Formats: sequence, C-alpha cells, structure tokens
Amino acid sequence: MIVVENLEKSFGETKILKGISTSFEKGKTNLIIGQSGSGKTVFLKCLLGLFTPDSGTISYDGKMYSQLSDNEQRDLRGDMGMVFQGSALFDSMTIAENVMFPLRMFTKQSKSEMQDRVNVVLKRVNLPDAHQKMPSEASGGMQKRVAIARAIVNNPKYLFCDEPNSGLDPKTAIVIDNLIQEITKEYDMITMINSHDMNSVMEIGEKIIFLRNGIKEWEGTSDDVFKTDNEALTDFVYSSNLFKKVRAAQLKENS
Amino acid sequence: MTYLENIGAYFLMVVEMFRKPTKWTVMKTLILKDIDDLIIGSIGIVAFISFFVGGVVTIQTALNITNPLIPQYLVGFATRQSVILEFAPTFISIIMAGKVGSFITSSIGSMRVTEQIDALEVMGINAINYLVFPKFIALMLYPFVISIAMFLGILGGMAACVYGGFTSMEDYIIGIQTDFIPFHIIYAFAKTVVFAFVLATVPSFYGYFMKGGALEVGKASTTSFVWTSVIIILLNYILTQLLLS
Repeated sequence: MIVVENLEKSFGETKILKGISTSFEKGKTNLIIGQSGSGKTVFLKCLLGLFTPDSGTISYDGKMYSQLSDNEQRDLRGDMGMVFQGSALFDSMTIAENVMFPLRMFTKQSKSEMQDRVNVVLKRVNLPDAHQKMPSEASGGMQKRVAIARAIVNNPKYLFCDEPNSGLDPKTAIVIDNLIQEITKEYDMITMINSHDMNSVMEIGEKIIFLRNGIKEWEGTSDDVFKTDNEALTDFVYSSNLFKKVRAAQLKENS
Repeated sequence: MTYLENIGAYFLMVVEMFRKPTKWTVMKTLILKDIDDLIIGSIGIVAFISFFVGGVVTIQTALNITNPLIPQYLVGFATRQSVILEFAPTFISIIMAGKVGSFITSSIGSMRVTEQIDALEVMGINAINYLVFPKFIALMLYPFVISIAMFLGILGGMAACVYGGFTSMEDYIIGIQTDFIPFHIIYAFAKTVVFAFVLATVPSFYGYFMKGGALEVGKASTTSFVWTSVIIILLNYILTQLLLS
C-alpha cells in the first residue's frame, strides 16, 4: 500500500501541491484526474521520487521514502515501473533491447534468461514479432505497449502511468487501458494513472482522485464520479460535448 | 548569479559522474559505442583539417621569410612548433567542441526532452554516470587523435613545402629536427587531456540540464559550443603560463 500524507510541493513562489493525503491499494488501478496544471504530474513525480516534496510523507508498504538511504531508495525504485506520456523509449536501442534494459541493469540473469523474459512480456503486450524494430519504426500504440512491457519486465510492485492514452485513437486507447488493468491484476501491483481521459475513468478507474489547483478536491470510485454533486468535478467530467449530451439524457430520464 | 549557479551545478555533476557506477557489463558497451562515435568518428575530419592547415602554416611561413640570411630549414622548424604547441592540441579541440560537443549536447538534450533521462532516474540509475562517464572515458583516447593531427600537420607541411617548391625535403626534415624539446610534447598532451575532460563534461552539462523542447536543444548546442571554446581557450592560456613560462 502507498500512503501519502499532507504532501506539499512548490516551485519558487508557486505552490503546486497543497497538502494532499491519500492511499493506494494493491491490485487496483488508481486514476488521478484533473485539468492541465492541477498538479497531477508533479504529484506522480513526487511519488516516483523524481521530485522531493517540501513537506509531507510518502510510504511504500510501510517504508518511508524520505527516511531511506540512497541505496534503499535505489532498491525501491527497482520495484517501480513507469510508463511515460511520450513512452520515453531509448531511441538508440531496438524494442527488445529497450524491454531488456531493466533486466540488464538490475538482475544477474544470463542472456538467454533475459531473452526468454523479454519474449514473455512482449507476447503479453501483443507484440510477439517486434523485437528487432527500432522505436522510431513503431506506431504510437506500439510504443506505449513497449513502454508497458519495459515497465513490467522486472515484476514491479508499483506501476505509474503518465497519460498513457495521450495521442492515441479511442480504440487503441481502450486497448491500452484494458492492458494496464489486466496487468495490474495479473502482477498484483499498485497502479497509478494520470489521465484526462474520461473513457479511462469509466473503463478502468477503481479509485479516482480529482486534483484541482493542487488540492485533492474529490476521491471515490468510477461509479461515484457520475453521481457526485461536487461542482468542480461535474464541471470537469461534463466539459466534453459527448458527456454533456449523456448528462442531459440522464437528467431527462430522471425527470 | 546564474553563472555562479551553473559553475556550482557543473562541479556537482562532475562529482556525481563518479558516484553510483553503472553495472560494468552495460558500461563497457556504452564506452565502446562512445569511442566509436566520439573518437573513431572524428579521425576523418581531424586528418583532413590537420593535413591542409599544416600545409597552409608552411606556405605562410615560407612566404614570409624573405631575408636570405634566415636559413631555409626554419620553415620546417616553425611548422613543427606551430603544429605541436598550438594547432594540434588547441585548434583541433575548438573544432572538436563543434563536432563532438554539439553531438554530446544534442544527444543528451534530446534524451531530456523525450523523458529518456527521467526513465533512467525512475529506474534508480545514476543518469549522469550512465550518460557522461562513458564519454569521459572515451575522450581519454583523445590524445591519440591529437597525435594523428600532429603527424599529419607536419606531413601536410612537408608536402606543401616540397611540392610548392619552397624548400627542399632535406631542409624541411632538418627543420623539424632542430632544437627539439621533448617537454613540448608532454606540454601538448597535458593540455590535450585537460581539453578532453572539458570536451566530455561541458557539453554534457548543457545537454543534461537543458529545459524545454526541440528548439532549446539547438540553443543548448550553440551555448555549449561557445562555452566549451571559451573554457578551452582560457585553460590553454593558464596551462601555457604554468607549464612553459
């Protein structure tokens, strides 16, 4: 379980996170939603240890990150997998080398063992024949799947995804969403996803956290999102024309 | 203030470069790749420039010796001194600041823009050691490039001298052997090692700490070239003062 307490982070005079407290459970996909500039990415980067919070604590299965030594922090990061918004694949390596990279860095496996593991995860993300392709030869959806394969190759306990659907068509976005949810269950991980995408909220969000101006405005399940009377969340959820129409239809039906 | 902050950040980066080393099996591959990119890939342009600049130095010297009392072998002597003391270590380093320095800044900068450096850090890898240390080790072979530049500079001078009809081959060879001071070679290679360190670390600094997008990668490459050149020229002055005066 990841427990966050009273997390605060500023850049210069600007306070980005203003005392966020929450927790994330094992085997669940947690979505962090909110408008651009609401602090989602900073929150995720604090969880990843890329930013040091000004105050507050983050603990991973009882281990307080700020109290760990450099080596312990490094070990903990070995338990984290991250899918970046732009995939962040190493463009000088083939897809297979990208996926193998965490194994080469952190395990003492032989080359054949590593290759076997790469085959397994590439097959799992439905890319069984993409080994020798360069990232630049892969489509956006393929790159995301490779990024997921790289993130899970070392059996992480925690998976972080920063807008995994951005730049993808709706159909591919659903494939990626479902893949992340299936993998979360399969590997029994704690998964955190930053997203703007309301489809993701509906499809895979088991716990939703809504951030607004650096504050946790709302927390609940995907079902609760559509029943809430929180004005800011309603305004965010129904900002698209499609959802406005759905909302209008719902209200009409209720009346 | 920004300059002071940058200087501080640069030295912290240099210290970080030697901490939390990357696994040797991975590092070995990175070093070999960087030797190929930075050293082997530079030999062609260095050879071409050295040969022809050596020739030009010889022609200029020969054309400026109009007094019949000055011996002809002075052309070879002047070429050797210019090439070994300044042209090969310093002038070639400025060229390398453009070629190798821009390559380092833009490749690391592109990794920053596309979040590849963040990906390394998330995995708990010391990204500075992973990216900068192999370049530093690869550039420790830079004196090898400079020795080629010295040889070809003097050879180019000889070709220009003999085929241009300025002096005889014998005079040129006597010239390059006259008053040879072995310490000048030590001085030249000492400078080269210091410049190699600058060439590996300053462009890496500008690439690693750049912020923004593709446009900023270009700007960072330009800034990196300017500062690498400035630092090389300043260090050249200081080292010359310390070692030769």
